[in-house]
Amino acid sequence: MTTWTIDGTREALAAKKVSARELAANFYKRIGERNTELNAYLTLSEERAYAQANRMDALVAAGKPLPPLAGVPIAIKDVISTRGVRTTCGSKILESYVPPYDATAVERLEAAGAVILGKTNCDEFAMGSSNENSAYGAVRNPEATDRVPGGSSGGSAAAVAAGMAVASLGTDTGGSIRQPGSFCGIPAMMGSYGRVSRYGLVAFASSLDRIGPFATNTRDVAAVLHVIAGRDANDSTSTTAPVPDYRAAMEKPVKGLRIGIPKEYFAEGMDSGVRTKIEAGIEVLKKLGCELREIHMAHTDYAIATYYIIATAEASSNLARYDGVRYGLRVEDDSLLAMYRKTRGAGFGAEVKRRIVLGTYVLSAGYYDAYYLKGQKVRALIAQDFRDAFTKVDVIVTPTSPIPPFRLGEKTNDPLQMYLADIYTVTGSLAGVPGISVPCGKICGKLPVGLQIFGPAFGEATVLQLAYAFEQAGGGSV
Amino acid sequence: MKISREDVQRVAELAYLDLSDAELEMYRTQIDEILEYIGKLNELDTAGVEPMAQVLADDQTADATLREDVAVLCNVAAEILKQAPDPEPPYFRVPKVIER
Repeated sequence: MTTWTIDGTREALAAKKVSARELAANFYKRIGERNTELNAYLTLSEERAYAQANRMDALVAAGKPLPPLAGVPIAIKDVISTRGVRTTCGSKILESYVPPYDATAVERLEAAGAVILGKTNCDEFAMGSSNENSAYGAVRNPEATDRVPGGSSGGSAAAVAAGMAVASLGTDTGGSIRQPGSFCGIPAMMGSYGRVSRYGLVAFASSLDRIGPFATNTRDVAAVLHVIAGRDANDSTSTTAPVPDYRAAMEKPVKGLRIGIPKEYFAEGMDSGVRTKIEAGIEVLKKLGCELREIHMAHTDYAIATYYIIATAEASSNLARYDGVRYGLRVEDDSLLAMYRKTRGAGFGAEVKRRIVLGTYVLSAGYYDAYYLKGQKVRALIAQDFRDAFTKVDVIVTPTSPIPPFRLGEKTNDPLQMYLADIYTVTGSLAGVPGISVPCGKICGKLPVGLQIFGPAFGEATVLQLAYAFEQAGGGSV
Repeated sequence: MKISREDVQRVAELAYLDLSDAELEMYRTQIDEILEYIGKLNELDTAGVEPMAQVLADDQTADATLREDVAVLCNVAAEILKQAPDPEPPYFRVPKVIER
């Protein structure tokens, strides 16, 4: 199997070694071969993909300059709206929903020449860490098909890892890009809160949700992020801060870069195989001439509790819109209120209902101060931990997940245990900082491990700089 | 025990969510365990800490991003109504809510 990169695709198109149309057809062939087993794609957008491929081929034929992602086959997580292409959010309640508009990130990818192959499977409304909460069946990890690909963006990670797309978009609310990237052995990045417009992203927890890329290498991650980042008038939370040239920035040497290693991320609870690989990864960083410093992030242990208050509270509010009136499923009843109740009871899956109940509870009269307000206060302390750390170091390095990819069904009966596995990723989500997961070896040559790099808010360039240096130094095969 | 079956029932009603008896019991047990875990936040003294609702830089706040109030034609009503379970253009039809 050829591994296509973004530059490789543009060069092959420009040199007329392949047409964008042939390339798209090759990827659909690959999807035809692999998707039955992996279940990474829910919907294919062939008509749209070939129309875009034809536009790219016309540019080549006319000898015109090619845009940065010309002909690059890309997959989109099914919580991101695509005009005319079904967007289910992994939920029965939106089984036949076809958005009337494109998310800004999708629009920008296509404007940059990308070919959208289709929509990828995910945990229902992006709620989950294993992709087992999809109403359309679990996704299998291409690296170990008896294992989960991680979640919630499991389909986007698996599609790239299995060569069914050159890059993909996922979304990250508590780790849903970084953890599946780690589990599937590919780089995966969440930019700072506000770096990428969420217009057209179906909301889960609005103060946390972010869109970001998966690819087979960090240069491609940077290229996709560069295309989708930047102010969008349709998302008031998107920042006006200029988007740096990430690819130029990442070539800079990392010698002397100050790396914080937070003691709290290396406490008990980490799988020994993961620990061995991360320690080997840290040795690579030392050899690159980085300056390693032990730091403290005192509130790390409170992040899961904080996250599951805030994320579920926001979800209970955001998901109020699924009421059987304007779109999606309706279960008929003579009474309006009974129609709401039946529609929502029948349309949502078990994890979504669990989070709506928990989120409604923590916001309800008598419990708001004890849970929601308390959670917001501890969130402030966690964000302060990050700000304090970044006065002493340039980046923070941790494992992405305390455990390697687990077996399908292994954790589905114990939601709290599933939540606890998000311990290293939710912190950065709450603080709003950028983070990447980069491959850091495989346990027994089989189960991928991810090394996570956090940077200060809008410090994506530094995060990518270290990720690229780590990748170039062989960090992926420690 | 942090949460009773009645609490779950009451919250499900607030959220307009039909739950079966089996679901009520399952969620009671699971959410009880989760709330027990969340209780660890009480170890922290947060008196004087400002609650944090959003991570926003100064240029991302609503004040900084308000646009001029100008009407923009979007012309998508027909397409949006097509998604509705029971459209009656230009309306969404719902079961009768006012009894005569």
